[in-house]
Amino acid sequence: MRRAYFKTSWIAALLLAPQLLIIFVFFYWPSAQAVYWAFTLEQPWGGGNTWVGFDNFRNILSDPYYWSSVRVSLIYAVAATALAMGMSLILAMFVDRQLAGYKAYRVALIWPYAIAAPAVGLAFRFIFNPNAGIFSYVNTVIPGLWDPTQIGWQAVVTIILAGAWKHVAYSFIFFLAALQSIPRSLTEAAAMDGARPLRRMVDLQLPLLTPTVFFLFVINITDSFTDSFGIVDTLTGGGPFRATDLMVYKIYSDGFRGFDYSGAAAQSIILMVLVMALTFVQFRYVERRVHYT
Amino acid sequence: MIERTPILNFLTHVILLIGLALVIFPIWLAFVAATHDLRAVNTAPVELLPGPHLWANMKEAWALSDFGPKFVNTLIVAIGVVVGKVTLACITAFSLVFFNYRGRMLIFWLIFITLMLPLEVRIVPTYAVAANALSPFQVMLDASGLNGLIETLSGIRVALEWNLLNSYTGMILPLVATATGTFLYRQFFLTVPDELVEAARMDGAGPLRFLWDTLIPLSKTNIAALATIMFVYAWNQYLWPLLIITDRANYGMVVVQLSDLVPDQFSTGGGTPTWHLAMAATLMVMLPPIAIVIFMQRWFVRGLINTDK
Repeated sequence: MRRAYFKTSWIAALLLAPQLLIIFVFFYWPSAQAVYWAFTLEQPWGGGNTWVGFDNFRNILSDPYYWSSVRVSLIYAVAATALAMGMSLILAMFVDRQLAGYKAYRVALIWPYAIAAPAVGLAFRFIFNPNAGIFSYVNTVIPGLWDPTQIGWQAVVTIILAGAWKHVAYSFIFFLAALQSIPRSLTEAAAMDGARPLRRMVDLQLPLLTPTVFFLFVINITDSFTDSFGIVDTLTGGGPFRATDLMVYKIYSDGFRGFDYSGAAAQSIILMVLVMALTFVQFRYVERRVHYT
Repeated sequence: MIERTPILNFLTHVILLIGLALVIFPIWLAFVAATHDLRAVNTAPVELLPGPHLWANMKEAWALSDFGPKFVNTLIVAIGVVVGKVTLACITAFSLVFFNYRGRMLIFWLIFITLMLPLEVRIVPTYAVAANALSPFQVMLDASGLNGLIETLSGIRVALEWNLLNSYTGMILPLVATATGTFLYRQFFLTVPDELVEAARMDGAGPLRFLWDTLIPLSKTNIAALATIMFVYAWNQYLWPLLIITDRANYGMVVVQLSDLVPDQFSTGGGTPTWHLAMAATLMVMLPPIAIVIFMQRWFVRGLINTDK
């Protein structure tokens, strides 16, 4: 802990003020506002909001569209995360062997981090379009076999692939950094004992990576709840027939297209609680239990 | 380590090349589509090799999306976010680490919690705040009865209004209101030895002088890392500008323009989808942040790992 400080003066407060002011106006106030809206209903002809208790939540939770949105969000979150992490873990482990071309591989796997979600969505919309994309061959043989603009589950598969693709780079960066922080003496000791590279991957590196795996799992799941908006908006627009209407997308369309602020606020609260619970798990559980050093 | 593993080495390259192909293939297809004309890009077997129309398509997409002013706008916002974030995070962390006052931990947690809820989750009420950034203070004035008091005393009713819709400020401020960088700096400031602070005090340097002359030169790599991350973050914003910027002609951002290029009923009127233009525009929008990430790779990777975001 630090022992030497500067004498407390108005400077300390002055330096702190801008940040506190900004997070008050743009973070705490809106969050509190969301809670207020979630428990009130705006009068149709103006005149303020009336308190309605849990009615907004009851409406949402009895709406089958909401539950299908929750379901597809969970499927998307788990599938995209598993795919992205699986792939980046394998790639990071093999890149970490540092054979010839190691630096080139590393750069090539990192840059997709910089691509905006809507750009990924638009590119994947082209790639998987039924008329001229990579599956257009299939449609010339059996017309209508592949069409994510009409067939729900194919649209879901498409957003999962796009989401997973977008997250590979992020996970890869963390896995590679974690692998490179494994002490060389450990690897050498294992090699001395006759463990070949593949055996070391399974018995040495993988267990040492557990904290990173958990960390990335939570981060990726959280991200897939929030960051998916751009992908869905340009890739499917929530369709076909609401098949890809993820939670964050539904908040947007209910709030800004349907002008149902109270309903959107209640949905925001549910999503907030979900994201906060995940973050909480991250801080409490993961950082304490899974630690090997 | 000397280890002979020719078969595994070969396998490693095979696996890495497959992985690389999977990562690059989608972008390659987008690039190839951007180099063909309308007819070629819409015929059934997807083109795998580039054609001759890249430059023409890029020019057409650039004109169609009016990218000139939009790139300028995006650059202004991105730089605004970078500068704002780097400065704010630095002074906040400095105050939290180098002063010892009561409530320090409380303030630390107040800032820390903002990491939990990304902008997308609280988008609806944040939009309402952006419509009038002073509304929190107005509500507090009204609720506390202070406004009534002022009214009876002076006869003037205080109505605070600061509309941030369709402005750079409205784009930048909410993006700066996170804790991302504060922690990067805090982690680093905590490693600065006490002796340095004591030496500075002994020499009669005040806190601001210490910050400027000692800490900022020491945290150059931190600044580079944070700047890269924030630049990419700001450049790639989509939902926020989509909402608060309705005057696209003057304040539009490039990434939002992509939503107009989605070839659907609205943009082509049921005609042939203009994939070649959409892909050319996508490539142009992607390029600046990719260039920055590759160029700043060393710092950026370290910063990303230290901020956990």
